[in-house]
Amino acid sequence: MSLILTLVLEFFKIGLFAAGGGLATLPFLTELADKYPWLTSEMIGRMVALSESTPGPLGINMATYAGFMAGANTFGSPFAGALTALTATVSLVAPSFIVILIVSRVLEKFKNSRYVKAIFGSLRPAVAGLIAAAAWTVISATLFNFSAATVGEAFLLPEIALFAVMLVITNLKPLKKLHPLVFIGFAAAAGVAMGYAFGW
Amino acid sequence: MSEERLEAAPVTPIWKLFTAFMRVGAFTFGGGYAMLPMLERECVEKTGWVTHDELLDYFAIGQCTPGVIAVNTATFVGKKQRGFWGALAATAGVVLPSFLIITLLTALLSNFAEVTWVRYALRGIRVAVGVLILNTVIKLVREKIKDAAGYILCVLAFLLVALPQTLKLGFKISPVFVVIGAALVGAARCFFAERGGRK
Repeated sequence: MSLILTLVLEFFKIGLFAAGGGLATLPFLTELADKYPWLTSEMIGRMVALSESTPGPLGINMATYAGFMAGANTFGSPFAGALTALTATVSLVAPSFIVILIVSRVLEKFKNSRYVKAIFGSLRPAVAGLIAAAAWTVISATLFNFSAATVGEAFLLPEIALFAVMLVITNLKPLKKLHPLVFIGFAAAAGVAMGYAFGW
Repeated sequence: MSEERLEAAPVTPIWKLFTAFMRVGAFTFGGGYAMLPMLERECVEKTGWVTHDELLDYFAIGQCTPGVIAVNTATFVGKKQRGFWGALAATAGVVLPSFLIITLLTALLSNFAEVTWVRYALRGIRVAVGVLILNTVIKLVREKIKDAAGYILCVLAFLLVALPQTLKLGFKISPVFVVIGAALVGAARCFFAERGGRK
């Protein structure tokens, strides 16, 4: 019981203070590993790898993993793990859920104010810029190897080729309207095929 | 924030909010901004639950409020459509796939991330995520930025975040400050426009 309470408090705190999502929760989780026996720094490494290899928001994936480890390592049962995973996940989500409910009510009230309109008028282009920066981060990390020894090795040619092909097919008139997950599936299949063909 | 809703929209069933956000949760890799193409499809283009502008507003707010941006956006959209229960359904939907997948994999297949074909598939998926976000960015810039001030804000926001990171300058500028800065610019423009108008 005290484990449940610990998880509720710790993950509520993470949910409340880790603004900006995903990787912002990582330092908090590292702190948990220092504090409690059920999470180790090796698990943190695995947690990041697993969270990045599975769908869903990074922060949620990591909270579920850490929560699972808490129950599984304390009680030695995956069912206890599932229960503590649920506890950690719900506790992580609760603060932002509550805060957004309040913000959305306030916003509804002031949405016709000239100031609020002007503020969002300036925010939208800035957010577009932030999204462009996020796109650049993802794309540069995928297509180039910045720690390569030679210039030739810095360009990851299979990725660059797939990127070019996908950029064209996602913008073709007849394919444009397809659901994004079709392209995700296509890229996953292409990745597996290229992996086995060229030994990525 | 949106001016284009004229006729009364039919009431959205709560389970539709749940399933739409479950799709978003189940098929986005990377979270955060990587969700945007999927959210655009599910909440703007397919259903018209929110406008492009509102989605951007939610992202701006999500950047400065606690928690995972996916959850913030789900709560906003759900609340707007069906109040508290809509918010709860959308949030539960976006979280559920993560919870199930991670719990099952951790219990049954703890070395999932090291499996060869999974690694190959992910290298492909990462490329797709990059392409999809890039397409979304191009669309956003084309449709949403109307004046020189908008372009300046957009480029400035991009450079402030991307440059220190790419050139390894040893410091990072948090997107939170960019959002706050842009909000101040907006407030200042409004303030001076009002003063100018009064004269």
